[in-house]
Amino acid sequence: MRTGLRKWSLLLGAAAFFALPLTSWAQLSTADIASRDNMEAHIGNLTGHVNARSTYDYKRYCVSCHGDLGDGNGEVAQWLDPPMWPKPRDFQMGVFKCRSTLTGSLPTDEDLFDTIARGLDRSAMPQWSQFTKQQRADLVAYVKHFSPRFVTEKPGTPITIPPEPEVTPERIKAGREVFARVQCWKCHGVQGMANGPSASTLTDDLGRPIAPFNFTEGSRPKCGDTDRDIYKIFMTGLDGTPMPSFADNIKPDEAWDLVFYLRTFMQGASKAKELAKTMDLKPVNPNP
Amino acid sequence: MHVLSRSSLRKVVRSAISLVSFTLLLAPFVLISAKPAKAIPAFARKYGLRCSACHETWPILNNFGLKFRDNGYQIMNDRDAPIWQNPSYWPATFRMTPIWHRFSNLQAVDTYTGASTANPYGTQAVERITSSGVDLSGLDFHTGGTLYKNISFYLLPSSDPTGAFHFETVMTRFDNILGSSWLNIKVGRFELNNLLSEKRAVGLTADGGIYQTYHFIPVGDGNIFGQMGDNQLGIEYVGHSYNDRTRVSAALLDSNDGNVNLTLGANSYSGFFTFDQAVDAGKWDVQRLGAYAFVGQAATYYKTSGGVPIAGSGVGNKGFSRIGVTTQFYFGPHFDVNFVTQHGEDNAWFGQGYGNAVATDGDGGVTCTGPTATTPGCPPNNTPGTTLSALARAPSWNGYTIEARYVYSPTLIFLGRYEAERMQQQATIGTPQNIGNINLWDFIARWNPFMSNRAGMALQAEYTVMHQVGTGPTVGLTTANLNDNEILLGTDFDF
Ligand code: HEC
Ligand code: HEC
Repeated sequence: MRTGLRKWSLLLGAAAFFALPLTSWAQLSTADIASRDNMEAHIGNLTGHVNARSTYDYKRYCVSCHGDLGDGNGEVAQWLDPPMWPKPRDFQMGVFKCRSTLTGSLPTDEDLFDTIARGLDRSAMPQWSQFTKQQRADLVAYVKHFSPRFVTEKPGTPITIPPEPEVTPERIKAGREVFARVQCWKCHGVQGMANGPSASTLTDDLGRPIAPFNFTEGSRPKCGDTDRDIYKIFMTGLDGTPMPSFADNIKPDEAWDLVFYLRTFMQGASKAKELAKTMDLKPVNPNP
Repeated sequence: MHVLSRSSLRKVVRSAISLVSFTLLLAPFVLISAKPAKAIPAFARKYGLRCSACHETWPILNNFGLKFRDNGYQIMNDRDAPIWQNPSYWPATFRMTPIWHRFSNLQAVDTYTGASTANPYGTQAVERITSSGVDLSGLDFHTGGTLYKNISFYLLPSSDPTGAFHFETVMTRFDNILGSSWLNIKVGRFELNNLLSEKRAVGLTADGGIYQTYHFIPVGDGNIFGQMGDNQLGIEYVGHSYNDRTRVSAALLDSNDGNVNLTLGANSYSGFFTFDQAVDAGKWDVQRLGAYAFVGQAATYYKTSGGVPIAGSGVGNKGFSRIGVTTQFYFGPHFDVNFVTQHGEDNAWFGQGYGNAVATDGDGGVTCTGPTATTPGCPPNNTPGTTLSALARAPSWNGYTIEARYVYSPTLIFLGRYEAERMQQQATIGTPQNIGNINLWDFIARWNPFMSNRAGMALQAEYTVMHQVGTGPTVGLTTANLNDNEILLGTDFDF
């Protein structure tokens, strides 16, 4: 009897586990979405609305991927195959990769505003930098109105990023220690080449295969390419993906060290990269 | 949101069906060749974007499309190089346009009154000739895209309705050189960097499919080299800010109107320079303001052999210029207005018909194969000893184009255009001031019954009227005005 129950619960659990990626979000109806037509976005002194302008722009520019209902089921979605081409985002879930806010929380309106212009590298999501600021603010409201999360929750508070210190060889070495300690290499590889032991097994929260970022290839991080952006990326995590937040494991000062160490992997000129040339910087040892 | 209701959709489909059956009853009649334009679902397929992302209406570029083009057909997100595409992806597009149209113009017609053995056709009279029928446009076969990150190509063999091909566009581009959006080069035969580009005109009629302002020359003028509407051979530099708000370009062009085989001057060059700036106008969208200058020289004397002009031998260069201002004003998502105003000037020699002694056919072929002095249809040649009449002056004129578009939705657009060409100074003292002046009106409704990232199809209705003073048929000593009109209904598709 007891074993039978266990077996059943195990089976049910397994079924639920496998079904999760498929049914993880029940489709919202048009009426439900329309009930949030009064959604606003606030960026500086701009206020964005769900209005004729954003409705028009969404239809003209976004719908082929994100779909009429914002569920990521535009006609193009079927041709995008992860991990090379991530699927368009389902806005109804209200889960976003690029945030200045802690993991699990909603992004700020500025975060979405910046993302739309920046686009998401290594995906089909273009840079929409041709819009006026007002158009973009309206689109932020439009993206938000697909998800009930933006009614029931407030956006998280942006993390505080201390001013960037001067790069030194000591800091780069300290960054290397952090990289080893918190095991970034498990996914990203000891040389940042996206070939860590876990790399090939990773899936996102919807069960789709996803590849870690390859620091050495010259592609830009999706969530921004400045030192502050990189700091923000691993301190807030990319929600919905295996890329975790390290806010609990890395102290702010150490975080800067890690940014400098990551720069030594990346293409493009940086002071850290220059310094690294003069240092005898060995990859971290995965089996100390 | 603007969505056609089911019943209105059904109504439109029903009228489309009756239109098709109506047109099938009419005999085919070949009259015009629609100008090739750039529209390439190959890009839409590659990037998963609908036509509407890049085109206000296909093929007019919007600001996103302009940025895409300026970046060398890249959306700049690290997946632009072809290695990221499925190996079966082929960046090719065909475009063709079956149409029904009715064209009406004035012609000098024999009346057979007073016919005699010496004059078997009798006197002539100006008469309106109207013809209509199902017809075809030419075929555009576009292929273009990246060969490698920041290196791209574009190839457009294009035919007239009879299937005679030429190379409309052929170019290689090198973009973001040294990682800078300010450094981009293209070489080959390409569309000039016009904000309002004729290669992207929606018009399909004979007169409405081109911009008069970009082709205008005074009556009798022999300078075919300053035509901004035609693709030109040369090398072009384009620089732009990362978000494409500021754009500059400078092109060095052969002064031969895009003709291949060095048939014309072959030793004369022109320059085409543009600058434009867009400003953020909040909810009104981005407004753009630009200026351009097309300045150059072209030959007036082709050396001859037995009186026949030798291709490519042109010397005796004379100057010309086209200087203009363009604006694109958007009044929210649904309405925009584009202006071009241009001042044109040709050297007095061009004004008297010199410049195109070999008489090119526009595709690199030469039609003047007899001695220039005696073969009918051969333009004059500035052979040694030629002098200009004391009445000859440098002609100048002003052109105005205004195109207004009402974009009901990304799939339905109404477009109206008015063009005026006005002579400022005639090439010959005593020529009436208004000879050559043009007025053109063009009205278009264009509807895409569906829109995806796979293919494009539009149903177009168009009406064009064109008047030009003193270029109609000549009967006896009087020349009538040119007075054309055309109605066109067509399906424009590409895939
Ligand atoms: C060609 C397809 C495509 C189009 C068109 C498109 N997107 Fe996206 N978008 C994507 C993909 C794919 C993702 C997910 C990328 C990823 O997860 O790495 C995405 C993600 C997003 C995100 C989530 C960013 C985050 O931080 O997680 C936002 C917001 C977004 N898109 C807004 C827009 C807006 C607004 C438009 C129209 C102006 C638009 N997109 C048009 C493909 C597209
Ligand atoms: C469990 C695996 C895993 C670990 C551990 C991990 N990452 Fe990641 N990381 C990923 C994945 C997967 C992505 C790609 C996410 C995407 O493309 O949406 C990623 C992406 C990134 C990016 C690029 C984000 C962007 O905006 O494109 C950076 C930077 C990064 N990780 C840094 C780190 C650092 C630093 C550490 C250690 C502190 C770390 N990661 C640990 C899996 C991991």
